[in-house]
Amino acid sequence: MLKLELNQELVSRSRIAAQQITGAFSWLFDGYSSVSIERTVLRLMGIDGAIKGGEPLPNVVVDHLKAKSALNKGAAVWVANAMLAKGLSAQEVAEQVAGHSLCLTDLPLASAEQLLSILNPLTKTMLSHIRKQKQKREAMFAKYGERRKPAIYVIVATGNIHEDVTQARAAAREGADIIAVIRSTAQSLLDYVPYGATTVGFGGTYATQENFRIMRAALDEVSAEEKRYISLTNYASGLCMPEIAVMGAIERLDLMLNDAMYGILFRDINPKRTLLDQYFARMINAYAGIEIQTGEDNYLTTSDAIDKAFTVTASQLINESFALISGIKPDKMGLGHAYEIDPELENSFVYELAHALLTKELFPNAPIKYMPPTKFASGNIFKTHLMDAMFNFMGQLTGQGVQLLGMMTEAIHTPHLADRSLAIENAQYLFKAVKDLNQSLCLAPDSFVNQRANEVLKQAVDFLERVAEDGLFSAMAKGEFAEIKRPENGGKGLDGVFLCDKDYYNPFMQQMKQELGL
Amino acid sequence: MNKNIIRPYGDTLNDGKMQLSFSLPVSADAFGKEAARMLLLQMGFEDAEITGMRDLREGFTHFIAYAVTSTGIDTDKIKVKVVETPVMDMEATDEYISEHLSRQITVVGACIESDAHTVGIDAIMNMKGFNHRYGLERYHGFNAINMGAQVPCEELLARARAEQADVILVSQVVTQKNIHIKNLTKLIELAEAEGLRDKMLFICGGPRISHELAIELGYDAGFGTGTYSTDVASFIAITLAKN
Repeated sequence: MLKLELNQELVSRSRIAAQQITGAFSWLFDGYSSVSIERTVLRLMGIDGAIKGGEPLPNVVVDHLKAKSALNKGAAVWVANAMLAKGLSAQEVAEQVAGHSLCLTDLPLASAEQLLSILNPLTKTMLSHIRKQKQKREAMFAKYGERRKPAIYVIVATGNIHEDVTQARAAAREGADIIAVIRSTAQSLLDYVPYGATTVGFGGTYATQENFRIMRAALDEVSAEEKRYISLTNYASGLCMPEIAVMGAIERLDLMLNDAMYGILFRDINPKRTLLDQYFARMINAYAGIEIQTGEDNYLTTSDAIDKAFTVTASQLINESFALISGIKPDKMGLGHAYEIDPELENSFVYELAHALLTKELFPNAPIKYMPPTKFASGNIFKTHLMDAMFNFMGQLTGQGVQLLGMMTEAIHTPHLADRSLAIENAQYLFKAVKDLNQSLCLAPDSFVNQRANEVLKQAVDFLERVAEDGLFSAMAKGEFAEIKRPENGGKGLDGVFLCDKDYYNPFMQQMKQELGL
Repeated sequence: MNKNIIRPYGDTLNDGKMQLSFSLPVSADAFGKEAARMLLLQMGFEDAEITGMRDLREGFTHFIAYAVTSTGIDTDKIKVKVVETPVMDMEATDEYISEHLSRQITVVGACIESDAHTVGIDAIMNMKGFNHRYGLERYHGFNAINMGAQVPCEELLARARAEQADVILVSQVVTQKNIHIKNLTKLIELAEAEGLRDKMLFICGGPRISHELAIELGYDAGFGTGTYSTDVASFIAITLAKN
């Protein structure tokens, strides 16, 4: 079997440094909330829909409370108070706020005990729905069998949810295990989640709860016909990270792209907002049994895959550590890695073997999300198809969890139907051809692969220890990550972060923490 | 036959052989195969042969075909617009700028409107550049301002005006439904309305952008796949020096 001889002292130092970095944020997680977290709470209370003009009701209510400087107690408190006083449902309260016939802060605040008599049953109802969705997923896997490894992951991205359904069904029938609906390119920076089924998007389809429902229903149908549970994934990222996580939990998405630092580095979202939102988003994912996937591939699309290989390892360790804080177990951590080494480099495959094995062995229980060549994909679709084959070879050889299939037309357009089909054929051929090869191979102890893996690990440890000493925010402000400077008080969405009152209350977070043992 | 007429080459001069691949909403059977063949004949191909047929499910089929075209192109009639300035490396460009302009060139760059993909603009502008070519930020001769992703056209122009920019550099990576054309047109129309068009160079880039398309849209230059910072920097320096 291919097995690295990793320096175990470095392995334990890497984890200690990562814990030191992520452990320094309890002041933020315990003391602050954000507009997106409050909107998530309202969605969990059953508030949905949008007013004329498209503004979602959760935004209307949160903005109303913010304008009254009352958000610091938590949105749940005010809505429950109005429900109690007026005998309304949460949805009716939101509608009356939107219609300007109700001002939440005009009502005298009931006692904590009275508010709990409203909030406790609501919390119980929604969390029980989410648990049922989790059980349903588990029952489907038990009935049809576990996901293959590496799982075949393909994207659909037409912009039109109904067209996406056609393409997703076709891909599932050809062998795809996971369907990702790529979001419209502008969505990560929207501070609201669009409402309803959508048919126009650019570079992807808007993530909306209705679109989630439509796609999940279509895939459930194909799952039953193909006798294979087809998983669905989307993006709990950007300014609405926890809201999208909760929509996914409600509609039974199975995976979520959910990186702790991606928004900060690559979308210029405020660091505090991002870390705070990911804390709650990941807790929801953990509670719903949703597998998260992280975005380490982004470090390599902008920097050299060999010089900066250690940044992937470092980010994986930080993502792992933040995920543990939110209650996610290793078997639901799809940490990211990418096949992005320059194909012109001699022994590019050997370098990549070292990097891929390092990822696999540092996180033996994590279903690693392995990303395909993109940087060196070109209009030469034949060459790109060949690089994708090498990537598929590597994925099977090193036992990664999820193979995000490369498309021969990667550099040209969002995949056409036939592109996706050829990608699946490519992966199935390679997976079958080298299925058990790993078991017949072993690495020479002093081989380049062993040396290289330890070298990358050493660089990652040095880097993490430096960041741990400096503090994550300070390191980001200096441009230590991805060579981009992100100051603590810069970026988008900072005005949506607020300090909680002593009597702030988020019933869902409280209950989830308790059940997750946090 | 006119010796300037060229035709596709398979293995014999002028055999006109072409390789094609496409999908149709038909079943993967004799009926579907005939549909694919007829389509090629209607397109003017001769000897259309469907060599591969793959069931894509859900009522779609993928075809791989070889066919012969009798069409030829007269090479005398080919006219292309390409960026013709020579390409210099960073040191040479910096030297050229200090010699010919004796001041820094201000470039304001962005991914405009809905486009959130900064990979292109970053490769050209950011310090680190791409594939061993440093970005404009690294040049002594450039004052490079990268505004990043999803910048509204109005904001880009306002910044360019405030900075008294010499050049506006726009990247468009997402091209679905020709959104890049709409965005690029919007920018140039706004620039004209605001009287900025002739005050600075307008340059666009992206995987589906050619110099010819850029000229057609009213830009000074366009750069496609395979462009490095050196290409863009040289063009800017030489064009501004000439003006």
